[in-house]
Amino acid sequence: MTELTSLTLAGVRDGLAKGDFTSVELTEAYLAAMEAHKDLNAYIVTCPEVALERAKASDARRAKGEAKGPMDGAPVAIKDLFCTEGVQTTAASKILEGFKPQYESTVSAKLKDGGAVMLGKTNLDEFAMGSANITSAYGNVISPWTAEDDAAALVPGGSSGGSAAAVSARLAVAATGTDTGGSIRQPAAFTGIVGLKPTYGRCSRWGIVAFASSLDQAGPMTRTVEDAAIMLGQMAGFDAKDSTSANVPLPDFTKALTGDIRGLKVGIPKEYRPDGLNSEIAALWDQGISWLKDAGATVVEVSLPHTDKALATYYIIAPAEASSNLARYDGVRYGLRTGADGSLDEMYMKTRAQGFGKEVKRRILIGTYVLSAGYYDAYYLKAQKVRALIAQDFREAFKTVDVLLTPTAPSDPFPIEGGAKVDPITMYLNDVFTVPASLAGLPGLSLPGGLSQRGLPLGLQLIGRPFDEETVLRTAQVMEKAAGFAAVPTLLRGGK
Amino acid sequence: MSYLIQGETGQWEVVIGLEVHAQVISNAKLFSGASTTFGADPNAQVAFLDCGMPGMLPVINAECIRQAVKTGLGLNAKINRRSVFDRKNYFYADLPLGYQISQFAHPIVGEGTIILDLKDGTSREVGIERLHLEIDAGKSLHDQHPTKSFIDLNRAGVALMEIVSKPDMRSPEEAGAYLKKLRAILRYLGTCDGNMEEGSMRADVNVSVRHPGEPLRTRCEIKNVNSVRFVMQAVEIEAMRHIEVYEAGGIIEQETRLFDSNKGETRPMRSKEFAHDYRYFPDPDLLPLEFSEEFVAEIQAGLPELPDAKKARFIGDYGLSPYDAGVLVAEKETAAYFEAAVEGHDAKAVANWVMGDLFAALNRTGKAITESPVAPENIGKLVDLIKDGTISGRIAKDVFEIMVETGGEPAKIVEEKGLKQVTDTGAIEKVVDEVIAANPEKAAEVKGGKEKLLGWFVGQAMKASQGKANPAILNEMIKKKLLG
Amino acid sequence: MSLDKATVRKIGFLARLEIPEEDLEGLAHELNGILGWVEQLAQVDTEGVAPLASVSEMKLFWRKDEVTDGGMPEKVLANAPDAADGYFLVPKVVE
Repeated sequence: MTELTSLTLAGVRDGLAKGDFTSVELTEAYLAAMEAHKDLNAYIVTCPEVALERAKASDARRAKGEAKGPMDGAPVAIKDLFCTEGVQTTAASKILEGFKPQYESTVSAKLKDGGAVMLGKTNLDEFAMGSANITSAYGNVISPWTAEDDAAALVPGGSSGGSAAAVSARLAVAATGTDTGGSIRQPAAFTGIVGLKPTYGRCSRWGIVAFASSLDQAGPMTRTVEDAAIMLGQMAGFDAKDSTSANVPLPDFTKALTGDIRGLKVGIPKEYRPDGLNSEIAALWDQGISWLKDAGATVVEVSLPHTDKALATYYIIAPAEASSNLARYDGVRYGLRTGADGSLDEMYMKTRAQGFGKEVKRRILIGTYVLSAGYYDAYYLKAQKVRALIAQDFREAFKTVDVLLTPTAPSDPFPIEGGAKVDPITMYLNDVFTVPASLAGLPGLSLPGGLSQRGLPLGLQLIGRPFDEETVLRTAQVMEKAAGFAAVPTLLRGGK
Repeated sequence: MSYLIQGETGQWEVVIGLEVHAQVISNAKLFSGASTTFGADPNAQVAFLDCGMPGMLPVINAECIRQAVKTGLGLNAKINRRSVFDRKNYFYADLPLGYQISQFAHPIVGEGTIILDLKDGTSREVGIERLHLEIDAGKSLHDQHPTKSFIDLNRAGVALMEIVSKPDMRSPEEAGAYLKKLRAILRYLGTCDGNMEEGSMRADVNVSVRHPGEPLRTRCEIKNVNSVRFVMQAVEIEAMRHIEVYEAGGIIEQETRLFDSNKGETRPMRSKEFAHDYRYFPDPDLLPLEFSEEFVAEIQAGLPELPDAKKARFIGDYGLSPYDAGVLVAEKETAAYFEAAVEGHDAKAVANWVMGDLFAALNRTGKAITESPVAPENIGKLVDLIKDGTISGRIAKDVFEIMVETGGEPAKIVEEKGLKQVTDTGAIEKVVDEVIAANPEKAAEVKGGKEKLLGWFVGQAMKASQGKANPAILNEMIKKKLLG
Repeated sequence: MSLDKATVRKIGFLARLEIPEEDLEGLAHELNGILGWVEQLAQVDTEGVAPLASVSEMKLFWRKDEVTDGGMPEKVLANAPDAADGYFLVPKVVE
């Protein structure tokens, strides 16, 4: 049955269509794998009953010739930031322990309506705040990858670390992620999978626990570019329940995968190659450039002058929005409540102090401070202005190029042990290449480009024009083919 | 008319500004599809957004935008075709999101004016600073349990217009007149029902005092005052408190206070260890609110006639005094009643009947003018009966009372009850002769010069005619008979 | 701009986060580190630049004035830590 979990989403689609196997068989294979690799802690909750019920329903539909779409019967994982009706949703926070939403997020509802089978809710950094999946109240996620020269447990990246580990370790054929400053792309890079953050507004945010509303965006995490195209089609679309959702046509993204990028103009932003850039990363980037040239694309250098200010901008805007978005976790209507024998304020303060972890509290405090009287202009307003300049940089660049190529992360994955010790700013630097596109609301995709000398995955990032995921996907697939990335996580090698 | 308070250190002037929260008339809430109806079971009109569930997002109700623009136009105010929703961040048990969605730096409506009609018939202009849209909070009940407060979120998310005046008012009367006039305008427009008992209109009153000519002194804000009378009382009481503090050498601190109508005092609200810091910032779940010139023009074209225009028309077309016109237009329903009654009849007389006997009768029976037992056209008919001499003014009062009781038509009542005025001189003479014959001594007294008694004879004769004798003919005849 | 213990205590209260007295010092230090780092934005010339609140270039969607939601008090209260008679319950508030 091992082969079943090795199939891509496209493979699952075709196999189910041909009747090679059933959704129930596939689901059972995944549930067994999830059980076998519980120690990765990729899932906060699993829901085998729900999964098997949906798988049976899918098989029944198919038997009647009423299969719904390309994902009907495909077992997927849902990041535990998406509210799922009747299934605990925690955002990896203690403050939401036991919370069972009475509603289903738009994105997970679309997947459900398309027949996808939900295996469980994947772990993440608490409220999606982190780049290593070491801030979850439900424990760290362990990467299925380990270095050749060191057996230390590695981080899967974050915040969608559970989803990344699950897809990489074959504990789900695909998973949803969310990306605020790199939370899909960076873990995808760290685990050797494909992660796509669509254009802001492409996927509805309704029902996704909010971190930073002007940046949050849901997207697919898959094993191939084609899978990402399939899954995005099932997640995206205008939603009248989200005022920031875009009412734009929804293309068939798989049709964009023509394999032909001749004449495409690719920009290489020079500011992404600072002094001291990791040489392995730089080498991979150069390799990526060659692949594109070989495929007939034109590669030119471009400038995004405000790149070095993006991270600081992000670390004002995101905490500010988060401080407000997280005010609703107050112990009154749902979630944790402590200190209720005191005054209302005492209850608030105790509930929130006990319910939130350290990193979340840190960001709430920063966010509260930068919005407070006397500091708003110097921090928040200033950051919004710099954000405008960053978006302007991209607009300028896209006047001459069709897509940008950069590294996804500044290093290969690091050990959990070390990650817990680094100071916040060092941790924030993980997002240095992913944050600018987030601030500009642009689609960004990370694909595995190769392995580091230690045998760990490295990712390359493609950034596209607003709502031009098609060019990003087409380019990514050409690169994927050239890279021929076939490495499987350490966990799945040998022994079996 | 200046209102100055004499203190020990001289005269004090009161400076008042009002922030009125008016609930927008709409079926659904500002950002959710839950109903706005008053009086539902607790938490029965709550969408997941209204109770702050994770991941819920606001989507704006088009009708609330229209209502705000309409109100702005009714206040002769500048309409801002681009406005922005901000989050006002603070914690409270009935504020489920942890912030109120409001408009801070860029409100939907800018400066406007409102004209106050004062008791002495004069008018005064008060400036409107701004109007913005925001969501209401829920309701906390503190008296249900010894150690717990109960939270009902039915009201949470309902659209409010916060209408802020300039500090242009100088007396409790002006504050009261402002509130009444604003309510009238909102009700004419149909943008708020103005029902203060149900809380669909509430006022925060800003009060400070100063010696005339001084710059403004520190103001205090009295929160959530819920009637015109209480607003006037609160202003008076708060102004006196300021004067007493100043004259005792103290200082007034800027703070938020509550008005206790039972004790007749204001007191500071609890929990102010830290001053509020609302950390306003643009709500990232919403985009700027923008609309076209045409959108505004279309609303403008559909505006009803408002109190000021109606008042001017009543004065011009009907020859009413400014005072009478002011009273009749103060409520939309009164004005509508009057207009239905006056059609083709003597306007002044109709106005007097409406403002006099009808108001008295409604007051007595506790009915609103829309539930008046007397149909408006019957007032006009009654006035005509007096004018054409069918009945006297005196009989008309009786006819009116029957109209109040039965809802009947005046001509029919006169007919059925035989109340038609007697103008036949022969019949009147007969009655007069009988009264004189029955009172020979008094008749002699009149003839002897005691003319005061003439009135007594008129009364007796009128009584004998059951009030139906034409008063002019009767008067004339008694004079002729007794004085020659 | 440097944050002291009193300021940390104040923003802790604004954010309703109880901070043990002994943590204030360390937290002040940590937050100062982050604030000092983000203050690099002061170097950027933003003269005449309009602040960007949203990258979306859409027009705000207006919904119709129809009652489409509510009427589900049991779902609203389903996750409440304390509720009775259809109400959420909190420690008594004195105004």
